[in-house]
Amino acid sequence: MNDLAFSFFGQRLRALGSGALWWPEHDLLCVSDLHLGKSERIARRSGRALPPYDTRETLDRLAADLAHSAATTVICLGDSFDDIAASQSLTAEERLQIATLQAGRKWIWIEGNHDPGPVEMGGTHLAEMTQQPLVFCHIAQPGRQGEVSGHYHPKVQLRIRGRSITRPSFLLDGQKLILPAYGTYTGGLRSTDAALADLMGVDAKAILTGSQPQIIPLPR
Amino acid sequence: MTAIPPLIHAWFANRGWSVHPHQKTLFDRRLDPATLLIAPTGGGKTMAGFLPSLAELADGRHTGLHTIYVSPLKALAADIRRNLRIPVDEIGLPIRIEDRTGDTSATQKKRQRADPPHILLTTPESLALLTSYEDAPRMFDGVQRVVIDEIHALADSKRGDQLMLALSRLQAMCPGLRRVGLSATVEDPEAIARFLARHPDPCRIVQADPGPDPDISMLKTREMPPWSGGGAAYAIPAVMEQIKQHRTTLIFHNTRAQAEIFFRNLWLANDDGLPIGIHHGSLDRQQRERVEAAMVRGDLRAIVCTGSLDLGIDWGDVDLVIQVGAPKNVKRLVQRIGRANHRYNAPSKAILVPANRFEVVECVAALQAAQAHDLDGDPRGPGPRDVLCQHILITAAAGPFDASDLFAQVVSAGPYSHLTRAEFDTCLAFCATGGYALQAYDRWQRLRRRDDGCWQLRDPRAAQRIRMNLGTIQDTDTLKVRLRRNRGGKPLGEVEEAFAASLTPGDTFLIGGQVVRYEGLREMVVEVSRRANKKPKIATFSGTKFATSTQLSDRILRMFARPEWPELPGHTAEWLQLQRELSLLPTRDRLLIESFPNDGRENLCVYGFAGRNAQQTLGLLLTKRMEETGLAPLGFVATDYATLIWGLDAVTDPRALFDLSALRDGLDRWLAGNAVMKRTFRASATIAGLIERNTGGQRKSGRQATFSSDILYDTLLKYDPDHLLMQITREEAMRGLVDFSRIESMIARIGDRIDLVRLDRVSPLAAPLLLEVGKVPVKGAAEERLLAEESARLLQAAGLSQP
Repeated sequence: MNDLAFSFFGQRLRALGSGALWWPEHDLLCVSDLHLGKSERIARRSGRALPPYDTRETLDRLAADLAHSAATTVICLGDSFDDIAASQSLTAEERLQIATLQAGRKWIWIEGNHDPGPVEMGGTHLAEMTQQPLVFCHIAQPGRQGEVSGHYHPKVQLRIRGRSITRPSFLLDGQKLILPAYGTYTGGLRSTDAALADLMGVDAKAILTGSQPQIIPLPR
Repeated sequence: MTAIPPLIHAWFANRGWSVHPHQKTLFDRRLDPATLLIAPTGGGKTMAGFLPSLAELADGRHTGLHTIYVSPLKALAADIRRNLRIPVDEIGLPIRIEDRTGDTSATQKKRQRADPPHILLTTPESLALLTSYEDAPRMFDGVQRVVIDEIHALADSKRGDQLMLALSRLQAMCPGLRRVGLSATVEDPEAIARFLARHPDPCRIVQADPGPDPDISMLKTREMPPWSGGGAAYAIPAVMEQIKQHRTTLIFHNTRAQAEIFFRNLWLANDDGLPIGIHHGSLDRQQRERVEAAMVRGDLRAIVCTGSLDLGIDWGDVDLVIQVGAPKNVKRLVQRIGRANHRYNAPSKAILVPANRFEVVECVAALQAAQAHDLDGDPRGPGPRDVLCQHILITAAAGPFDASDLFAQVVSAGPYSHLTRAEFDTCLAFCATGGYALQAYDRWQRLRRRDDGCWQLRDPRAAQRIRMNLGTIQDTDTLKVRLRRNRGGKPLGEVEEAFAASLTPGDTFLIGGQVVRYEGLREMVVEVSRRANKKPKIATFSGTKFATSTQLSDRILRMFARPEWPELPGHTAEWLQLQRELSLLPTRDRLLIESFPNDGRENLCVYGFAGRNAQQTLGLLLTKRMEETGLAPLGFVATDYATLIWGLDAVTDPRALFDLSALRDGLDRWLAGNAVMKRTFRASATIAGLIERNTGGQRKSGRQATFSSDILYDTLLKYDPDHLLMQITREEAMRGLVDFSRIESMIARIGDRIDLVRLDRVSPLAAPLLLEVGKVPVKGAAEERLLAEESARLLQAAGLSQP
């Protein structure tokens, strides 16, 4: 997996093509909006049985990124579970998969709006976490400095030579960095949506995920 | 045997009519379990279908529903109601006739369920919906007859499969139910009879006198048709002249967008201000109804239309049918021509208008085939299982059911008569639990088995969602278009969501014959104004794209083989001659491939003449091979006769790509990841109930909560590749969008006889393809290269450097 090195708030970071953020200096990998258990929640609420492989697929990709980065600290930036009940309904295999990933690593679950309380899972549960000079939380707060968040599932659509290309994307400006959703069954919010466009500063950029991540000025 | 009641006979006599022989036959055989009538338009087909019902209802003793009439079009149901009222009122029969379609008001629908009319006129979807209510047995109690109009059109589609499944349930509620099918001329009446009848009931086929041969010609114009495009603007003056010479002209187009462009051009040339209307499926309902009403009154001199007028609405005085664009299939052409001269025993008059130079060839071939009564068509495979899954859910919505009883009903439907119990059980398991190899969340399954063995919905509220998502018509997501006003302006119609997403304020497009200016999107409604003075961008309506039939393609290739073409207009003959001089003309037993640079890209044009869908598949297979060999393909476009592929790098040795046995061997693997499969998956997953189009008020708005069905496809491909929906997707793709059977017959036809021609520029025959719409992107290395270039360009333009 290729990655793209960039600097944010004075720190050298790397955007992985999968949508994970890697901070080599602290051996730290950060992923956002895993939405584990989403197919279970949909089945529970509507009876619609989507292929129940999303959790496995998300964790498989996370395992590959951990192998690539050899990170010793993992921050899941909220909405890690589609809801609290979904976190309780993971299969034994899926729990084992998570435990295997956690083994020998510092693991932090940041609370999100889908999973506001602690989940029955190893690791540390926090509302937010600071690793100087950066602060990790689920939803961006206007005006905060050096903040890394998720929540919005940003994606960017480009039209190039008649081709429309849409990719989940990192958004960043001088103060904040917003991660794309990492979960398999997640959609995205276009960067042109007012909710995102208004949030980002004038100098904002987007990093498009994919086999070779690319950085561009934020399309608004 | 009772005769036709004297009252009805007297009405016929008063009008100076006699009962047609086929009407008499249908009446005499009215107690048969199933009868198929094949008759040309205007042959008194509908009356033949209803005569037994009128006779049986004449004494006023029947209570409740007696006859259900099903037509593929809402408009047809309403039209038949009006036309049937006339004899019923004039004879003074005590018969209540009502229609029930998606357009019927909720109050009216509710009343119909409590107190049904004698004759109900409806559509397959509305009928299926009726069977989903718990009170269905009460409403359908005593139904004697079902009349299916335009059954030839339904038998070609999933709508027909759904209808036959609904009839199998109806038949279980009304054991004496008799079926009558009304069909236009078709190439294989036996197949329609098997489709119609309860398996294994016999079905008599009654053939009405086909009437005189139609008078078909190709439009003579002073202007030459252009090299490419579908607008046929060159023909406007000549078409205008024809409209003036006839009472009422129907002008058929193959797509909605073409109809819009043509209508606009016609209107600009309409110096005499003749009343001309437009009618197609994307227009607002009220607007369509206004046009239909004006047509019935005889107020219009011409209607520009699409397949929305293909079927039997009685337009009365139509004396000319014009087909703009090549008819892709001779059978449909003959059926469309039947729209003219709605009177029995008068020849229909039709004129073909090729939109471009290649279509001249296609039109001449179609004309010759129609004159030779050489109808085309491909046999349809067994009933698709996604429709069966929906049927199981609809059945569950009506109440608990026994699996064996339901299976027995399903195999009594013609299209499903060969279904095995194991196949049925797989569909049932899919509806119940999702049917995945991984049994994950079974306690949340949609259907559960009760202690008595019957299946029922776990959550009864699911019935409502099943009803909301009922149907097999795959409309791409569309958005309503309205004029911007203070409070909800005038509705104009609909455009595809993807088209709407491509608009920026100020853009202009055509809808309903007018140019409008895009102002913005509000609550999923496209708001427009009339402040438009620019040349319009054209709304890209989704219209079914039919592939040219095998028979027609063969005719064209045979035509190419001739030394000269006296039957073709001079300009077209010269064009073909030029192609023969500069390159080669494709022939039936060889494959012509041209390679040439154009506009900074390298192009490869493959003339397979295998029909649009198969050429599309060929495009997918070839670009995959190019991707593997590092040739960086960017995309391709397919027409009925060729595939044009473009890429960043020149293809210096195209021969390496055309190892035909390798193409076949790798098909499965190659198909797995491509866009056509994903589109097919989306359609089947929606019909089968995995993806919901309607979630009850909360319209999908492209926000975070929704994700692409492509992700579901990718997930299944990786973890559960043999899942029912993946099987269905492969089956559908092989015979539908992928149409691999036609590639195989092409391979068999040409063997290793491939002609490669390297040109320094585009050839006469390839030129039209450069302007084709419907280009398919290839998401591969080329896309990454484009992104990298664009990123560098944008950063530089913004004065930024790499971080």
